[in-house]
Amino acid sequence: MNSLHQYLLFSALLFSVGLAGALTRRNAILVLIGVELMLNAANLNFIAFWRYGPNPEALTGIMFVIFSIAIAAAEAAVGLALIISIYRHYKTTNVDEVNELKG
Amino acid sequence: MSPVFAMLAAMTLASAIAAMSFRKLVHSALSMILTFSGLASIYLHLNAQFVGLVQVLVYVGAVAILVVFAILLTRDSTRDSSVRSLAQSWLTGLLVAGAVFGTLATAIIGSRALDRALPQAAEITVKKIGEQLMTRYIIPLEVIALLLTAAMIGAVIIAMREKERK
Amino acid sequence: MDQIDQIFVSLKHWAVHFFPDALQPLVSAGLSIAALIAAFGSIFAITTWVERKALGRIQNRLGPNRVGPFGLLQPMADAIKMLTKEDIVPVSADHVVHYLAPFALIIPVSLALAVIPYGRNMALVDLDGGVLFFFAVGAAAEVAVFMAGWSSRNKYSILGAMRAIAQMISYEVPLVLSTISVVMIAGSLSLVKIVEAQNHFVGDWLPGWYVLTPWGFAGFVLFMIAAAAESNRAPFDLPEAESEIIAGYLTEYSGFKYALFFLGEYWGMFAVSGLAVTLFLGGWTAPFPFLAWVPSFVWFFAKLGALILLFIWIRGTLPRLRIDQLMSFAWKFLLPMSLINIVVAALWHFTAGWSFPSAPLWRWLLCAALVVIPYLGFGHALAGRRRFPKRVYQYAT
Repeated sequence: MNSLHQYLLFSALLFSVGLAGALTRRNAILVLIGVELMLNAANLNFIAFWRYGPNPEALTGIMFVIFSIAIAAAEAAVGLALIISIYRHYKTTNVDEVNELKG
Repeated sequence: MSPVFAMLAAMTLASAIAAMSFRKLVHSALSMILTFSGLASIYLHLNAQFVGLVQVLVYVGAVAILVVFAILLTRDSTRDSSVRSLAQSWLTGLLVAGAVFGTLATAIIGSRALDRALPQAAEITVKKIGEQLMTRYIIPLEVIALLLTAAMIGAVIIAMREKERK
Repeated sequence: MDQIDQIFVSLKHWAVHFFPDALQPLVSAGLSIAALIAAFGSIFAITTWVERKALGRIQNRLGPNRVGPFGLLQPMADAIKMLTKEDIVPVSADHVVHYLAPFALIIPVSLALAVIPYGRNMALVDLDGGVLFFFAVGAAAEVAVFMAGWSSRNKYSILGAMRAIAQMISYEVPLVLSTISVVMIAGSLSLVKIVEAQNHFVGDWLPGWYVLTPWGFAGFVLFMIAAAAESNRAPFDLPEAESEIIAGYLTEYSGFKYALFFLGEYWGMFAVSGLAVTLFLGGWTAPFPFLAWVPSFVWFFAKLGALILLFIWIRGTLPRLRIDQLMSFAWKFLLPMSLINIVVAALWHFTAGWSFPSAPLWRWLLCAALVVIPYLGFGHALAGRRRFPKRVYQYAT
């Protein structure tokens, strides 16, 4: 097992931790944190593949991660705004209790 | 496995698990900050300096602060902390996550395509990244600018307090 | 002269060559860090004395004058007092976070000090993305402030922390945007390269510092205003306004932890002043060619001292802002001004090729006009119709 394997395994582990958190916790903010962890695991894969890839001068992996970080920032802003808005409405941030479409 | 990577990976993983299992939300958010910084150090270790610094700037400087503000704004003062913080289907969730990791790990370990030596580190200056962004990746850059503007306006409108209707 | 200029560099090389090859990078880094901490530790001590003396004179008092000649040993007395004080932690506080918060502040701040070039060949690390690194670690300081405020379980603390974070986020935008104009003109994010880009003389006597260009001067003023807010200095010291919320997020800190916070805040101010010196005031370069024999680090620290004195002067002069004034000032004045400044810097870059008679003068005047007109416009719009009577001061004799 060489070092590219170890980076990929680490990122798979990180992804699973994020997934487990997003699936098991009830608080919407923690679910969002879990999603962010999964996104970061994917970013790590891009960087590892870029570093071990045959053509690092093309910067493809780096560019992908930069754009992905920008999108993650936008996603976090909108997601947290939604959570705050849900909290105002239902007085809870529990994903289990927010289960009706009626406004 | 290099000792630097082993240390960083252990710290990042431990803080990620901690972030997902603390009871108090603020503790989770602080562990998440540690996870993001650990990932940034791993990027630096992989010779991607610019990405590592952007990771710290965006995740620690912006996303973490947003999360912390959201936690403070949505504090449940009526609810005592003894209430279960796990979802009803937590066992299924854990099993799904375990299954995902199992699948990924078998695929990674079994793969032949990954057997390659570490190539010589390329000299990546910020200038090169900037030139690429302004030439080859100019359309994605413009789209991202539009997306960020839209997200900012959207976030403000969603979080804005609705005016009292008569 | 070169030998005096490079005395610290050659001293380090001399000390390092006693060690085996494998240890040399480590020893070299350790020596640099020790020198940095010693230098900024003493600057911190001197600054606290100078600040109290200067504020005393501004407020018609004597300032510290009991310990040592002119009160010069006051920092020592303060240090002994701080270290021997009881370390009180509130019972309901979150102990771990409360304990970690001062360290979460001091570590990023000392990291920020590492990328600044203090003299010729005297940057601890010359990162390719130095400016980016500085702002990235600067962002981590907000987390420390939140940790301190939240973990204290005190309403004043959390109020101060929320104020501080809102203020730091708002003023980080103009801080970074005013830096971008320099990065654009210098064509590099490396602080060493930015200093080198200013290390020339226009017409044999005028230094090539960016502060002497219209966009550079506007950028410098915007940067210093945002820097004062970023380091929670008066008139932007709302997060720790004594008369409103006791000491903000520092309310529940005492003894050594409080001293660490204090140190961290001053080091943050030194770091951001050092960045201002590097970006706008030419870093370690001499102001006139005939003064080039003075060692480079002397120039850097002289400029740093001047900026610190400026901060003290401002603190003694201006009253504290209200929180709504603070926010509207950042978003309605500093942000548009710094965006305009970037456009002016671009114009400056593209008019470099003008070749008709007295072109440099016209170029300077055009850019200056483009900065001054929006300034007057925004100032007028923000000030509104309020008119203030002339203030009358009475001095004790």
